[in-house]
Order: sequence, then C-alpha cells, then structure tokens
Amino acid sequence: MGIASRSARRRATLGRINLGDAIFGGWAWLMAATLVLIIVLLVLELYEGSKLGISRFGFSFLIEERWDPVFERFGSLPAIFGTVVSSLLSLAIAAPLGLMAAIFLAEMAPSWLDQPVSFIIELLASVPSVVYGLWGLFVLVPILRDPIQRTLYRSLGFLPIFGCTPLGIGMMAAVVVLAIMILPYATAVARDMLRAVPNEQREAMLALGATRWETIWRAVVPYARSGIIGGFMLALGRAVGETMAVTMLIGNRPDISPCLFSPAYTLASQIANEFAESVSPLHVSVLIELGLVLFVITLILNGLARLLVWRISRGEMRGAR
Amino acid sequence: MRHQWFLVLMVAMLVLVGCAPAAQPTPVPAPAQAQQQAASQPTPVPTTPPTAVPTEAPAAAPTEEPTAVPTEAPQAAVEPVQLTGAGASFPYPLYSRWFYDYAFRNPSARFNYQSIGSGGGIRQITAKTVDFGGSDALLTEEMKAAAPGLMQLPTVAGAVVLAYNVNDAAGTAVPTGLKLTPEVIAGIFLGQITTWNDAQLVELNPDANLPDQDILVARRSDGSGTTFLFTSYLSQVNEEWKANVGAGTSVEWPVGLGGRGNEGVAGIVRAQPGSIGYVELAYATENNLSYAYVRNQAGIFIEPNLSTTTAASNAAVADMPEDLGQLLVNAPGDDSYPIAGYTFLLVYQDMDDCAKARELISFIEWALSEEGDKDALELLYAPLGDAVKAMVFERLAGMTCAGGQPIPSR
Repeated sequence: MGIASRSARRRATLGRINLGDAIFGGWAWLMAATLVLIIVLLVLELYEGSKLGISRFGFSFLIEERWDPVFERFGSLPAIFGTVVSSLLSLAIAAPLGLMAAIFLAEMAPSWLDQPVSFIIELLASVPSVVYGLWGLFVLVPILRDPIQRTLYRSLGFLPIFGCTPLGIGMMAAVVVLAIMILPYATAVARDMLRAVPNEQREAMLALGATRWETIWRAVVPYARSGIIGGFMLALGRAVGETMAVTMLIGNRPDISPCLFSPAYTLASQIANEFAESVSPLHVSVLIELGLVLFVITLILNGLARLLVWRISRGEMRGAR
Repeated sequence: MRHQWFLVLMVAMLVLVGCAPAAQPTPVPAPAQAQQQAASQPTPVPTTPPTAVPTEAPAAAPTEEPTAVPTEAPQAAVEPVQLTGAGASFPYPLYSRWFYDYAFRNPSARFNYQSIGSGGGIRQITAKTVDFGGSDALLTEEMKAAAPGLMQLPTVAGAVVLAYNVNDAAGTAVPTGLKLTPEVIAGIFLGQITTWNDAQLVELNPDANLPDQDILVARRSDGSGTTFLFTSYLSQVNEEWKANVGAGTSVEWPVGLGGRGNEGVAGIVRAQPGSIGYVELAYATENNLSYAYVRNQAGIFIEPNLSTTTAASNAAVADMPEDLGQLLVNAPGDDSYPIAGYTFLLVYQDMDDCAKARELISFIEWALSEEGDKDALELLYAPLGDAVKAMVFERLAGMTCAGGQPIPSR
C-alpha cells in the first residue's frame, strides 16, 4: 500500500513537471533528429547526383590524375592532394601560432591588452574570404614571388619543394592565406580552454617551485590539451572547405607537384569553378562526386580528431592513476 | 557588450529568415536577387507594384480579350507580365541594360535574368522552370532531343582577345598589335612555344625586339563561354589541339595558371611579367591591357574590335545553319576577327503562355533594333550582322503559343 501511494505521488509530481518537460524534450528530440536527417539527406542527395560518375569510373576516380571534361576522363586525385596538403600545411602554420597567442592571452597578457587583442583576432574570423583572396592576390603574391620565393629558389632550389619557377600564385600563397584565415578559430578555442583550467592546477605547480614556463607547459596546457586539439580540428575543417580565397590564389591546375610554388587545385574550388558552366550530365555528376569525396574527407578528418582526443584523454587518466 | 551584438545578430537573422520566403513567390530558385538588382536602379515604371504577380494560369490568357489596350490610365493598367530567364553570364550586363531601357518603352512586361552560367540556363529551360534561357554554348543533339522545339537565337557577338604583358629586350612594354597566327597561338597554349623570343614569334614580329623570357600562360579556371569560344577556335585551326585538348567550357589545359573569371585572367596578365592570356575584348580594353592582332582565314592580321566582330558575323552568314547554332570562329572575309562568337537566347518555338510569348517576341525585336544596338556598342558587345538579324526575325515570326495557336496581337 505504501508503495502504491508513493508511486501515485510520483506520478502526480511527474504529471506536474511533465507538460513543460514533454514540450522541451520533444522539441530537443525533433531538432536533434532534424540534424541527423539533414546529414542523411545530404549524403543521399550527393550519392544520387554522383551515381553516373560512380558507375562510370568506380574506385579509379579516386586515384586517376587526369581531369579532362572534353574527352570525359575524370579523376580526383590532384584535387584530393591539393585539399589535404593545403589544409594540413596551413594548420601546421596556424596551430603553433594560435597556441602561442592563446597562451599569451590567457596566461600572460594584462587585462587591458587581453581584450583588444582578442577582439582583433576574432575580427579576423569575420572578414569575408573574397577579401582575403583579393588581399592575397594584390599584396601577398607580389611579395611572395619576388623576395621570398626567388630567394628560396636560388638558395634552396635543389630541394624538390623549392625547385620550380616562382610564380607567386600557387600552393604557397594559398597555404599562407589559409593559415591566416583559420588562425582565429585555433586561437579563440585554445584561449578559452586555457582559461577554463582551474587555478589550483597552476597554484600546485607554483607551490612545487616551478617557473612560469614550467607551470604553463607542464600543468596548464596538458590539462586543456583535448580542447585545444578540438579547436585545431575546427580550424582544419574550415581550411578543407574554404573555396573563394583558395580559388583566387592556388592557380587552379589539377597537378600533383612536390613543389610549393607550383599551382594546384582543391576539391572545393574545382566544384565552384566548373559547376555553373558544366553542360554534360557526366561532368555535372563527377563534380557532385567531388562533393561526396570532400564530405568523406571531412568525415575522416573529424574521426581522426575524435580518435586523437580520445586517446589523449585516456592517456591522461592512466597517467593520473 | 558581446551579448548585445549577439542579440542584434539573432534579430537580424530572424528578420532575414522571416522575409526570405515572402520575397520568393515563384518556384524559380532566386528571382528575388535579380529583382533586387533591378530595384537598385531607379525603377522606370513607378506605377507597378514591386511584388511579383501571383502564379499565372497558362493558357488562360488568350481567352481574355486580346484587344484590351493597356494604355492611358496607369492605375487601371493590367499587372505586367513577368518573364524569367536564366543562363550565360557573358551577356548579363547587356541583358540587364536592355531590360531596363525596354521597360520605359513597354511597361507591360518585366524581365528577370539570373546569370547562373550557360549550363544552368540550358538545364532550366529544358525543365521549363524559366521562360527563356541564355547560353554561350551551342545546343548539342542530345539537348535538342531533351527539349524539342527549343530555338537558339543569337543576340550579340563577342570577341576573345589575347592580352599580354611583356617588355621588349630594351625594357619598354610591347604595345597592342603583336601579330599572332593560329599556329603560334596553339603552340603557346600547348606549351610548345615557351619563350618570347621563339623563332616563330620573332619571324612574325621582327620589329618588336622580343625578350629572352619565359611565356607564362594564363587561362580561365572556371567553366565559361569564353573558354568555349577560344578552345573551339583552336580546335578548328589546329589538329593537334583538336586531338589532345578539344573544345569545351572547361578543358584539360596543357600549361598555364588558372584565374577565376575574365577579371582573374586579366589580373594575372597585369601582375605577371611575361604572361599571355585570353579574355573578352571588354576586359582587355577596360584594363588597358595590350592585345594581339590575329591572322584570319583570309591571311590578314586583324585588330579585335566591335566592327571586326560584326564583320565576322556578316561574313559567316552564308554558312549559317538552319537552327542558327553557328560557331562564329575562324570566319571568312577580309575584315573578320577570327576568335568571335554569338551568345544565344533559348526560346521555345511554341511557348505555353501566349501573353509571355508576345512580350518576349517584342522584346527581342526591340533588342535587335538600332536602339538595342546602341546599348550593345556602349557596353562593348558587337551587334549582329543585318542578315543574321533577318534570320532571327524570321524565326520569331514563326513562333506560336499554347499548342500551335497564333501569337495574339496587342
């Protein structure tokens, strides 16, 4: 009897909360389901659109190097290469810079400096990419071509990565501009993560007699590591999908070259370049297939990032034990 | 502080989201955009409401009194007929100018044109989601089969020029007028002629004192009618080009840097010493680029300009095919510039809606009149030759609507 009355009371309590809860819960479910549905529809639509190309070329689409719309030989390897290389290289530049800037902002900068500098870095994120493209074309490319690339070519030209005619426009220009574009993402996330590190962590380290550098490097950064890497992955995702600025600077040639000065191509810019004027059904289809490839690459990169974060956090736990 | 910004942003987004569907009553993807552009100029017809008409019932139009004259009382005037088009971006500046000027003469029709590219234009007119299409490329047999009764009507011609940026051996810029033959152009774009003082170039231009410098080829990276014209030309004049590269809106280029759009190629040419690229005539003259004279079929080096382009249109009229889908490149005649081509309007011979058909016909007739030509010349497009115009008028006269009915008169 006691049990029955208690459950009745619980039911009554539940009933009272239930209406608002049910609405909110249902709404949240609906939104979450919509997100999943959008992704599923996106993949389905991409697959549907690229069926013609997939059935025609199959797996060889991924390893074929030629892209010839006239004689209908299509391969995505140069664009995959360009996408992966340009985004990884730009991350390799932006990640250390972003981490250093974040450490400065979170740990060292006096508060009167912290706010304006943070604001300026975040401002970088809101500049439209076509503006970066124009800046790259008119300011960066001439500088890259003459002093920088020419010097590298003359002094280190025996290395394959510097061993081709300096043009200014090409992989290097795209990488530099991409690095600037993704810097704010890496910095902002890393800074917030560092700020979220509890003060005890620092105090304990200082109490052990550590210097400031040791405190930051041994106690603060490792604590925020997984979040910082998450921020870098966000930045990488942005670099993979960037279209306009890259198109304006990379030279748009579907070539695989070890040289940093030579023109290349990315998946996103190839789609943007050719879609509007593509007339034949097969051409349209392989362009959509490029979109599918881009989606898969993003998925793989995200998965790798998850794996990395997971392994690191597991390692931390083991270390703590 | 940051929260305030965020709030403002949220409100702005909500407003945008709320307005977007209201601004797009028609099923066509983005007419609102074109309308916006039209609205940014002073509206020529102040009496007409800016909102689009509700979806029109096709075939219902002709049963209404065709003699109703839409003049005098502006308040009582019928809603303007809305015509939507989509396609090539090359003629877009001219078309919007034409629509604007035409609206003064005939307020009973309103035109929208979305410059989404020839491919998109062909797809949309085939699906009949627009009333007319625009294309720089010719309809293939496949496309004609997919859209029976679709006509291609040339509206204007354009020229593609070879712009270059090179200093002679003494250091002064080589001016406009470098002479190029079809073989040399193909050689440069195939990557066989790689330096400016190549024997073939020097032989053609003995006085230019060309330098010992590498040639940097600039070409379009985006698919384009300009590329289609240029590669069609090279395919006609050079067997090796035809066999290895071919003609299309995008091709597999043997050499060169890709720039996005005419402005991108013009930008590369201007910025990179030793470069040569192909752009539309207007971009070369507007950017003050030097450009080459090209040897035509008759063996004469011709300066690209509007009159030599129209001359090509006149000279090639004898070879005009029945469907008007002519590739103007390499035209005969002493004054013809060889790298020229038409841009086309794609219109169904039998349109579903009679009122629209009537308005479209009268617009095209006006656009090809002297008044339309004036606009074209001002914007650096070459008007059609008279004989070609006559052929277009002939096709317009043969149009019907709503399944074979005659076009109603006003």
